[in-house]
Amino acid sequence: MKHLEIRGLSSAYGSVRVLRDVSLDAGKGEVVSLIGPSGSGKSTLLRVLIGLTPPTAGEVSIAGEKVNYRNRRSVKAVRDRMSIVFQQYNLFQNMTVLRNVTVAPIKIKKRPRAEAEEDAMSLLERVGMAERKDAYPDELSGGQQQRVAIARALATNPEILLLDEVTSALDPERVNEVLDTIRALTSEGITMLIVSHEMAFVREVSTRIAMMDEGRIVECGSPARIFDSPTKARTRDFVSKILKH
Amino acid sequence: MLEQIAEQIPLFFGYHNVIFILQAAGRTLGMTFAGCSVGFAFGFLIAVLRQTTGPVLFLPRLLGIAYVEIFRRIPFLVILFIVLFVIEPLMPGTSLFGIATVSVCLLSTAFLSEIIRSGLESVPMQQIEGAKVLNLNGLQTLFMVILPQSWKVILPPAAAFVVMFIKDTSLASQLGVIEMTFAGEMLVNRGFSPVLGFGVVLVCYFAMSYPLSRLAIRLEKRLEAS
Ligand SMILES: Nc1ncnc2c1ncn2[C@@H]1O[C@H](COP(=O)(O)OP(=O)(O)O)[C@@H](O)[C@H]1O
Ligand SMILES: [Mg+2]
Repeated sequence: MKHLEIRGLSSAYGSVRVLRDVSLDAGKGEVVSLIGPSGSGKSTLLRVLIGLTPPTAGEVSIAGEKVNYRNRRSVKAVRDRMSIVFQQYNLFQNMTVLRNVTVAPIKIKKRPRAEAEEDAMSLLERVGMAERKDAYPDELSGGQQQRVAIARALATNPEILLLDEVTSALDPERVNEVLDTIRALTSEGITMLIVSHEMAFVREVSTRIAMMDEGRIVECGSPARIFDSPTKARTRDFVSKILKH
Repeated sequence: MLEQIAEQIPLFFGYHNVIFILQAAGRTLGMTFAGCSVGFAFGFLIAVLRQTTGPVLFLPRLLGIAYVEIFRRIPFLVILFIVLFVIEPLMPGTSLFGIATVSVCLLSTAFLSEIIRSGLESVPMQQIEGAKVLNLNGLQTLFMVILPQSWKVILPPAAAFVVMFIKDTSLASQLGVIEMTFAGEMLVNRGFSPVLGFGVVLVCYFAMSYPLSRLAIRLEKRLEAS
């Protein structure tokens, strides 16, 4: 049984179909990356998984349990086990770094404040943001904000972590600090779905890569296969174009 | 004319007149603040209602929108008369002050609701989705994420609205409420110089609204700093 199983998933914004019959799975602790041109449905796939955009067809199971996205409780249960980090504006602007990281553990998981703060501090330590625990998001650089956002996503102990272009809005010199943070997570047994345009990084950390185009998964395979010997022309095109940059 | 004014000043600022003027000022402030406070509370409820989705609250949401859209377009004087003609037969003996205050409520609910709504909507979608995926519920999201970020958008126009309404309550004089403007008129009718009577009214309006404007500016600065 796969940890995350996606079967025939479709979704649409109004009459525009943006996901078409997507199937994908990930074993426990696997790092699966989604690549593909912008508008191909990568973000939508992650949004459907975490219950922000409703699917129109298909199934998702986590550790064998089917998710019912029409049912509030089922969606809550999914979000209990899964976290997401977006491209930007993740952190609550009105809360300090520490409060951002502890708000869900305290309010949702009902953990004692002292304990939650202790854990939050060790997470912040891991992403190198412990000294800035009392800062507000607008006092931090984009890269620092994203590192805190990753710490916040981890604070609820997710089994599955979704990362949607978390470095795309950053200044180039800030990208590596965030990629380093993610790299350090890949060996911790958290199943990860990563959307990224950082091809070298994707190649290095992924166990498998799925190429998306026009709402479909065109091809899925090992990094070596996707980058060195893709079978689909669409993948070849995309990979060669993006590697040239 | 100056002589006449100088002559009238001791009489004008006699004990009874001063009490009379202070009471009138009290009514003006009372109508405005009681009315706008209740208006803020109801306006807040309607604004929050309008942020909801889904079929359960469809009807209340529709009523909320209808209320705001209708009442924003009725002149205050017309509301005063409508309230008068509705309340008088239903609850005879209601004071004119009470009727005017209810009218302020009705109108300020509509305007403040719009001000609060645009404040709530100024918070970026990502903040709300961020709260959702952490499993915060609707109320937690509202009070812990949305409201703390929207005060600085809500407060300046809300304060400006209340300050404006201090002036607009002068229309209640048409009903016979002895508020600031009507008090000035009565004093002038008693033979005091119009320059003196309405000059004092003018100073009183300024004295009532200026501190509030300053307070709002200070609060705004404080909010911006945080
Ligand atoms: N809120 C939305 N309303 C309508 N269309 C949308 C919305 N979000 C995304 N889309 C469309 O859905 C398609 C897939 O978008 P997205 O999942 O964001 O792609 P990607 O993340 O791969 O760039 C695009 O054509 C985009 O224009
Ligand atoms: Mg995207």
